[in-house]
Order: sequence, then structure tokens, then C-alpha cells
Amino acid sequence: MANEDLQRELIRDLIIESVEGLDQYDQELLEFEKDENPERMNLIFRVIHTIKGTAGCLGLNKIEEVAHVGENLLTILRDGKLTINDPMISTLLELSDALKEMLDTLEKTDGEGDTDYSELLRKLDELQKEPAPKEEEELVLEEEIEIEETPAAQQISETVDEGEGAFGLFEEDESSSAQTPSAENQAAESENPIQEAESSSEESDPGFGLFDPAEEREEAPDPEVKQPAESKPKNTPLASTGPSVTESSIRVDVDHLDKMMNMVGELVLARNQIIVNSTNYDESALQKASQRLNLITTELQESVMKTRMQPIGNVWTKFPRIVRDVSSELGKNVRLIMEGKDTDLDRTIIEAIKDPLTHIIRNSIDHGIESPEQRKAVGKPEEGMLSLRAYHEGGQVIIEIMDDGAGIDIEKVKAKAIEKNLIPASRATELSEREAMNLIFAPGFSTAAKVSNVSGRGVGMDVVKTNIEKIGGSIDMQTQAGQGTTLNIKIPLTLAIIPALLVNSSSERYAIPQVSLLELLRLEGKQALKEIEDLYGSPVYRLRGKLLPIVYLDEQLRTKVESKDDASVNTEDIVLNIIVLQADGRPFGLVVDKIHDTEEIVVKPLGKQLKGISCFAGSTIMGDGKIALILDVLGLAKHSGIITDSDSRALVDDDKQSNDSNSQKESILLFDINGSQRMALPLSQAARLEEFDSESIENTGTQQVVQYRGQILPLLRISDHIHGNGSHSAPEDLDTIQVIVYTENEKSIGLVVDSISDIVDEELAISRKSSSQGIKGSAVIQGKVTDLLDAPAIIRSADPSFYEEALVC
Amino acid sequence: MKKRSFANLSPTFRMSTATQYCTFYLGDLFFGIDVLQVQEVILYQDMTCVPLSSPVVSGLINLRGETVTAIDLRKRLELPEQDRNEPQKNVIISADGGTISLQVDEIGDVIEPSEELLEGPPETLKGIARDLVTGVYKLENQLMLVLDTEKTVEIDASTIAY
Repeated sequence: MANEDLQRELIRDLIIESVEGLDQYDQELLEFEKDENPERMNLIFRVIHTIKGTAGCLGLNKIEEVAHVGENLLTILRDGKLTINDPMISTLLELSDALKEMLDTLEKTDGEGDTDYSELLRKLDELQKEPAPKEEEELVLEEEIEIEETPAAQQISETVDEGEGAFGLFEEDESSSAQTPSAENQAAESENPIQEAESSSEESDPGFGLFDPAEEREEAPDPEVKQPAESKPKNTPLASTGPSVTESSIRVDVDHLDKMMNMVGELVLARNQIIVNSTNYDESALQKASQRLNLITTELQESVMKTRMQPIGNVWTKFPRIVRDVSSELGKNVRLIMEGKDTDLDRTIIEAIKDPLTHIIRNSIDHGIESPEQRKAVGKPEEGMLSLRAYHEGGQVIIEIMDDGAGIDIEKVKAKAIEKNLIPASRATELSEREAMNLIFAPGFSTAAKVSNVSGRGVGMDVVKTNIEKIGGSIDMQTQAGQGTTLNIKIPLTLAIIPALLVNSSSERYAIPQVSLLELLRLEGKQALKEIEDLYGSPVYRLRGKLLPIVYLDEQLRTKVESKDDASVNTEDIVLNIIVLQADGRPFGLVVDKIHDTEEIVVKPLGKQLKGISCFAGSTIMGDGKIALILDVLGLAKHSGIITDSDSRALVDDDKQSNDSNSQKESILLFDINGSQRMALPLSQAARLEEFDSESIENTGTQQVVQYRGQILPLLRISDHIHGNGSHSAPEDLDTIQVIVYTENEKSIGLVVDSISDIVDEELAISRKSSSQGIKGSAVIQGKVTDLLDAPAIIRSADPSFYEEALVC
Repeated sequence: MKKRSFANLSPTFRMSTATQYCTFYLGDLFFGIDVLQVQEVILYQDMTCVPLSSPVVSGLINLRGETVTAIDLRKRLELPEQDRNEPQKNVIISADGGTISLQVDEIGDVIEPSEELLEGPPETLKGIARDLVTGVYKLENQLMLVLDTEKTVEIDASTIAY
């Protein structure tokens, strides 16, 4: 192997190992804050020590330098000479960031970058010396030399010997970080690692790195032992634009790997048997061998697939750190709760949701959770709660991010949207709560009044949404003012493994995701025919006193074979297998021919040609090598009309609140005035529609009245109060008048119109505000522009006494 | 699968590199697909029907653990059904939307006809063939129709029979 390749490979190993190590470092450090277990500190220490050692060995001086100073502080902490405090944790986390940054630069450019970390190094030094007496520290450093004999430690001893004590360290840092760029250039340019080692050893002590790896093996056995378990990434050039090194390798459980190795061994045996058979034919032996081969292959296939699955917890490990950083930056107090860490997801999906989740969490803390003072003021515990939950449901993975913060102010959202020109102002009032919420996902939207460092760069939620939709997921948001916000992310499994119930219908096998399964029913013989009742052509079954809509799978999939005549003869043999499923909270019964077993299946996506079929979520390969389709319970329910797009929402909302009336259909009464002016009034406001003879109109003072049901009904000509287009062609001389009886507070008034034209069920969406009195606005109803009558306003202006309390009864 | 790019080759060189075609029969018609788009050719496989799918889709086959959508090329090209005793064969192609199997009657050889024999489809070509056939090779014994695989596997979801 060329030296260059060797060097690159070593660097790649360093990156993989270090990035993983640093993740663990962050996690352990945060844990250590709560629980000062010396074991943890050892772990933390080892991570940094390993990085220092390996980097030094590879001539990466800058990384080594930074790690080294961090290690000094950690040594003191490990030996219990100092107790950890908040600024220390923050600085140590900064250290991890700095190292990650350098590793990242290293991966991309082959160099360590030229960021100046002297500030960080100074801080690390400060922390070491501040509370500790000088002497003690020297002692510590001397111990270090004895234990480790690393040249790095010698460096310290040298600087300490220079007489400046802890200050000397600082100077040394400064000078060597000034040196590093040159060393770096050499490292980047040099093609020969040996040369490089020479060049770096010229700068530091000889023998550098020779001791280190050996010592590491003793000190940090973990990374070394685990390494074989790591699948080596393909030999990609370091500067490639593809996924980063850390993303292209995964950790696999050694047990799992051993199992796979065993299976491969068996596979080889089975192959041998078959090869022997090809020259020495023995049918029964061949059959046995191929059966074995079949079994092993399937198992092996599944097993390898499983290695791709990773618990979502792998992404979540980063979140405690993020929560801590963000909340301390914003002066908030946030507790993070994580549930369902073990939920398996395909690693490609895990990678894809990492950034969106991070963004959402930052947002929740920044915009959602209030400051401790505010929380106290409204009677909430000072510590805010942010919970992350992941679980499988309905063949999907659901990630729920919930905070108990202030919730989202819909009005603010609307105002912002108008300000940002996302919607016209006139539209804002008509938006339903849900629609308004969706504005948050619009590009260029950001509710934070101030653009903070944490969030609110205006690339917020729309990017989150696009990223989630890119992997075929969806995102949904619910909020309650003062109570908090919940975000639901649904991600298709694609490759996830789910438990499913296998059924038969029309001689084909289907898999039904177990999560949507409620129960199984079996009706036999005559009972079966009797108990399925017919409700206007829709079969229903009484399940413990509730009606359960019944759906026949073969009918839905149009695979029904026309029943043979003899089937109806023998009713005793009839068996109905009903699977009670749940879609969007609604139960329904699915009739299938046969119910088999439950099995863990691997979901495979359907090809492009079949994507449009909503009834199927994917396909899977069964133990016998055949393909079975996976039913999409939600899609099936929609397909069969159990739920529809519009009412599924309403059903869900019924339990909570149905504020969505804005967009709901209502009955609207249409009538004409002034000859041809179309007007509308919600039917709910009209008590009755009446027709009176013109002759029955009487006058009391200036008011026209009619006698109506033993009472006096005052009449109000709408055309007198609505300023129409001026063409007063109202036919006054008709024999009858049309009256809409409007009743409120047990008082009635008759609104006289030209003619009643229609009653329609339509969504009343006012599309244009009106300035004229008595008209709420205009809407398009039945394809025509129609003015919406503001009945109370007209009545008030014509007869102010109508709304006053009746003085005399 | 990488597509061959001739764009940066000199015209003379391009002339000399005639395309290789994987050929097959549908009844008496002789078709060819650029061999580089063909992943493999396999015999009849057990198939799982997909209810509600386009009638052109004959089902799903298991190709070493990968589910592959099989398209009945006869139906796709709107050719009449034919009673055949022999099971159909699968030409597996790698298309943009994944791996697809085209079901054909009989597999032919891989041939490399001279570019000079290529001609555009005749104006009189009717029906779906007009969209899917990009050219015709005038071979000695018969004509070979060049099939546009991308278009062939493009099946609109709306063709689903409801």
C-alpha cells in the first residue's frame, strides 16, 4: 500500500473514532454534571486522551495541541483536585466543538484549518489554575509525567520548569498555535508519512507517537476492540463530496455479526451439499439441501437488512447537549425527556431527520418555552419540559416533539404572514386555525420578533418540512395557547421492520401492520349471515353494542371471484373472519378469507408504477420467497369510504374542539332584492320563510306590520336599507310579499325581499369585504357573486328598539 | 446503472460504435433494447398480483430479495392477447424509477446492427407504438423496433382502473 494511502486510511480511522468518541464525550459530560461518577470522568478523559495520542502520531499538531490542553484540565478533574462547575462544563463542551470542527476540516481539506482556538485554550487554562493552588497543580503535572511518559507531558514539564507556573502553559499554547499553520501545510503537502513524521518530530520531541499508540491500547481498550466490528467504508477518496466518513460507516453489534458469520458458514455448507449433488444425483438429499439453502438465505438476507436498522436513539444522543447549550444561552431552564429510543429506523432515514429534529428542538426552546420568570408568573413550574417520543404506528414511525411552553399565537402568526407578504391581509381573517398554523411552514416565515443566534434565520420550518417530505414523511402541528405545542412527524418505514398480521384474500396473501389492529372476530355458520346487518347497502356488525362498519377486502381490491352457487347452499360452513382495524381513530371491520400468523416483515417500497395505489403501503418478501403486499390501513379506510379526507379531521377534532366551522359547509338562503341583486343569509338566522298578501300589510305609525301567528310582525324592506346599484325596479305592486322571519330573543321581525331563490349547502368564504352598511361582504356562491346580508346591522339601524329588552310583556 | 454517453466522443468514433441491442419477440414483432439498460434476463417467475393497479402491470416478482414490478409488454404495447403454452420471460431493466421487468414472449440474441440500417419510425405508425418506438433497424430478415425503455416503464398512476 502506498504511504499516502496508509496515511489517509489512518486519518479516516481517526475521524471515525474521534467523532464517535466526542459524541460520547458530550453525553457523558452532561451526565457527569448530574452524577459525579469517577468512571464517567475516566471515559471522558480517555476520549480526549485518545484523540490527542492518535492526532500526535499522525502529525496533526493543532488537534493534538487543543486536545492536550483539554486533557490537562480533565486530569485535574479526574484526580478530584477540582470539582466540576458550570463554566467548566461549557468550556469542555466548547473543546469538543473545536475538535469536531477541526476533524471536519481535516476530512474535507486534508488540513486542520486555520481557526484560532487560543481563546478556548486560554479559558481551559484559566479554569485549571483559578481555584487550585499553584503547587498542587505542579504536582499534578508531575504525576502526569510519571504515569504517561508522553512527550506532550514532557512539554508541559518543560514549560512548568520555565518557572511561570500555569502561565507558562498559556504562552506555550500561543506560540505553538502560531507554529501550527506551517506544520499543517507540511502535513497537507507531504506525500510521505515518514517525511511528515520527521518534520513534525523536528518541531517536537523525538519518539513522539511511538509510545502513544501502545499506551493507548492499554488505556483505551474499547475503541480498539470495537474496531473490527466496524464495517469498513468503501475506499472513497477523502475529499469526495459524498457522505462524510462518519456517515458512511456504522457500528454493528458483534453478536449480530457473529450470527451472520454463522449463517454464512451454513450457507457454504449448503452450497457444498448441492455441488456434491450435481455430480452425484440424489433427489431427496438435493431437496433437503435446497430447503436448507432457501432457509439460510432468507435468514441471512433479513439479518443483513437488520444491520441497516438503527435505533433512533443514535440521533437523540446529541440532543441533551443541544438542549443544554440553547437553553443556557437563552437563560431558560429546560428538561428533556426522551421516550422510545429503541425505535428502529433505517439509517438513511435517521440521517435525514437529524437536522430537521435539531431545528425543531431549537425552535421549541427558543420560541416555545418561556423564561423561568414568565413561567412562574403564569403558575407553571420554572423548569420547562420538552419531550421527544418515537414509536411505530400504522406502518409509520411517529416522532412527537412536545413542549409545555406558551404555544403559538395564531394572531401573531397571521400578522407575521401579512407583514412578510405571504398572504394578503384580507385572506387572514378567513383562515382556519389549521390553515394559519400551516403558515409557519411557508418559506420565509419566522415568528421570532428578534433574529436570535439560536433560531429565526428565516430558513426555519419550511426547510424542516421540505426535508421531511423529501423522505416521504409529513409534519403536523397542534398548539394550545399557554399550554404548549406538539409537533407530529410521520415518517414512512421504507425499510423498517414491523410486526404484521398475515391474511389471505382471494388466494393472495396480504400483511396488515399490527399497530392498527384492534381485535380479531370469527363468525361461524348461520350466525355469520345473520349478524352482518345491512344498512342501506353498507354492511355493519354490532360489536358490543356499537355499530362496526364492515369492509370486504376482496371487494375493495376488486379481486372478488364471483361466488360459486354452491357456496350459498351450505350456510353451516360459512366462516367470516373479521379483523377489527383502526384508521384515524375509527374502528372498522375488514373481512378476509383466512387469518394466518403474525410475523416480523421487512417493508419494501413499491415501484413508481404502483405508488398511486393508496391501499398498499409497500410489499414484503415472505419466508417462502413470495411477495406479499402490505395493506395501508388508512388508505384502505379512505378507499372504502370509512373515512374521508374532510371528515377525518372533523372526527379527530370532535374530541377537542371544532373551531374549524369557518371552513365548514353551511346552509345558505339565497334571495334577490332590488330586482336582481343576489343576497345571502345563513339559513340558521332565518326562523321561517313566509308569504303574505300585500293587502294584509297594515301601518302602525311609520312602521309596516302584518299580523302573524297572533302577534304583530314588524316588516323591514331590505331594499330600503341596502344601497344597491340604484335601479329601484322593485315590484311594489305585487299581490304577495316574500318575508324572511328573523327571530332573536323571542322577538321577530320580517325581512321583506323580492323573491327567495334557493337554499344551498356551501362553504361560506367571504372573499371581499364590503364597505356598504348592512352587507358583511361578498362571496361566490353557485358561481355568482353574492352579497352576504348582515341582518343584525340592518335591523339595528332600522329599528333600534329590536335589540332592547322588552319593557312590557 | 450508468448510461453510455456518446456526447463527448468524436463523430467518427461514434459512427463506428454501433449500439448493442438485447432483442426479444412479442408474437412476430422483433424488438430491441439498448443492452446497457438490461440488467439480466430471467425465465418465468412466480408473480404476486397487485389489485387496483394498472392492467399493464402484471404483478410483483421477487428478484433476489428485491421486489420488481413486472410489466406485461404485450398489454403495454396494446398488442392482442395470445394463448401461449410457454410462460413469458422477463427482461429486467434498470430504469430511473427502479428495477422493472418487461415480460416478453421469447428472448433473442444480442446483436450489433450497423447504424446505417437505422431509420425513424414510419409516419404511419399508429397508437401507442408511436410514442414508444424510437426507430427501426432494417435487418436482412426482418425489422427490429427500438423501444424507448424510459417511456415504456412510465405508467401513469391515473391509468389505474377504478
